[in-house]
Amino acid sequence: MDINTPVATIYGDLHEKQIERWKTQVSGLRERFGEKIEEVLFPREYPTDTPIVFVRADAICEVLEFLKNTPEFEYGYLSDLTATDEQEAPRFHVVYNLLARKTMTRIRLKVRVAEGESVPTAIGVWPAANWAEREVWDMFGVRFDGHPDLRRILMDVRWEGHPLRKDYPLRGYQFFPTPEPIDPSLLG
Amino acid sequence: MNIQNKDADKQMMQDRVPELGLPSGGHYSVDHDPDDLWGDSRIIVNIGPTHPAMHGALRMVAKLNGETIEKSYCEFGYTHRAKEKLGENRTYHQFVVYTDRLNYCSALINNVTYAMSVERLMGVEVPERAVWIRMICAELARVIDHIICLGINAVDLGAFSFFLYGFHQREEAYSLIEKICGARLTTSYTRIGGLAADAPEGWEKQVKEWVKRTRKVIDEMDELLTGNKIWCQRTVGVGVMSQKFIHDYSVTGPSARAAGLNYDLRRDQPCMFYKDVEFDVPVGQNSDIFDRYLVRLEEIRQSLNIISQCCDRMKKGPIWSEDKRVRIPEKDVVHNTMEGLIHHFKFFMTGFEVPPGEAYTTFEAANGELGFYIVSKGGPAAHRMRIRGPSVYHFQTLSPLCEGGKIGDMVGILGSINIIAGELDR
Repeated sequence: MDINTPVATIYGDLHEKQIERWKTQVSGLRERFGEKIEEVLFPREYPTDTPIVFVRADAICEVLEFLKNTPEFEYGYLSDLTATDEQEAPRFHVVYNLLARKTMTRIRLKVRVAEGESVPTAIGVWPAANWAEREVWDMFGVRFDGHPDLRRILMDVRWEGHPLRKDYPLRGYQFFPTPEPIDPSLLG
Repeated sequence: MNIQNKDADKQMMQDRVPELGLPSGGHYSVDHDPDDLWGDSRIIVNIGPTHPAMHGALRMVAKLNGETIEKSYCEFGYTHRAKEKLGENRTYHQFVVYTDRLNYCSALINNVTYAMSVERLMGVEVPERAVWIRMICAELARVIDHIICLGINAVDLGAFSFFLYGFHQREEAYSLIEKICGARLTTSYTRIGGLAADAPEGWEKQVKEWVKRTRKVIDEMDELLTGNKIWCQRTVGVGVMSQKFIHDYSVTGPSARAAGLNYDLRRDQPCMFYKDVEFDVPVGQNSDIFDRYLVRLEEIRQSLNIISQCCDRMKKGPIWSEDKRVRIPEKDVVHNTMEGLIHHFKFFMTGFEVPPGEAYTTFEAANGELGFYIVSKGGPAAHRMRIRGPSVYHFQTLSPLCEGGKIGDMVGILGSINIIAGELDR
């Protein structure tokens, strides 16, 4: 058994209908964006629960906007925005998990980012991306172009290094004797 | 601030500018400002990280004009315990304990969701009895979480007795949980492919009795607060989220339903046996604190319905999956055979292999969508263990909801979106 075998007690939801919908959606995306869609990994061919669409970094906002507002897609919810450290070039994948509430279909977008490169911010599409992007910056050190307030979020502002990188040690403690100072410029 | 001593106050404020490290000019200058209610007495109030009105170690820095919050920003991370990093460094079995400490008000929901997401990656099917028990556990945890949320929200706004009514039932629910796993708060009840222990004889009967008593108490609580004039004045029309706002900020769960979004993952994306039980999804209209309160109250009733249906349909049977990869060997085999001992040792020391793959598994937790995005590259530990807690996205809405309102309302709004620091900071 693998991930794509419908397991009744978990989600019996990977119906043929959903696969068909994903297929038409992905071909629609390919038609609309062409070269900007780098690669698509499909369930049953690759061990994943939803299709993974690799998008070129410069086109991610366009694609998100398109997925959000076009009928037949309507991925209106940004379920999650995160990243993974792949330990190979390009090093990071920024991951967007989207949900279409009407059809309860999910899709996953990924952007490949090398170390030191940046991704355009998705705040224009979903303001919810604000803190999620700050967290990706904090944890992985991936920069987001056009982000209005790219500060650390979970770690202290004085922290050095990015804890969720695979080369960061598990016990890489850093201590600060005083709490984070108030930043009046944020209240301007 | 005393209006008659306006000039003196102005001067005091001006004197304190360098001391507070505030930028000179702008809002802190003594120049006349027509919007200014209190004679240039804008002050910065630092609420938290340890403050009785904040739920856990959260911090809000607010710039006040009189009582009105003009601008604010929030900070968290004070209880950050690197759960995601630990997820990459611990085996899938060891990580069960860490899931308790996410949303500690409803630890069982986290346990269940985590077990489900690893089982989904491995394609492990859980026997029927275990699934029914998991559903009861998830709904018990939801009732507890909602009772805490409503109770604390009411305490923050000044209604203490309401909180005590609910807390009695909550303690009894914890006693029921203690009977199945020995712990009250940090349960660690589920295992990948099964449960830590079977429910004892007659447990479901006790649960049903508790359901009966709790229904009455919920009705009492409803009568106590819903028509209360002070409660209504404090909550109606406060902290309103529009539908667009909810989509923009990825708000889920009761807060989204209070705005009229008919959306519940238990019904729309049925996992376990949720499509075999009957329950309604309550939907609000105005999306203020009052509607969120009503939605939660009704959800408690629906959860109680689900619990009693599960108790009726639960039958005797195994609680462990037959899958040899995830099954913890029986104790008599471990103690009496060499192979059993080796199996036991390997299971706990190296852990079981999860095939490569990735899945984003979600479940309707008490506050909203709880998701585990697990990327496996083979081996006994995850390559990436992302925990999407609803609180992270909900806390982001606090500043936009509070700005322009009174500082007293901030406490009510914070309580009604139910931020749990453990889940927020991970």
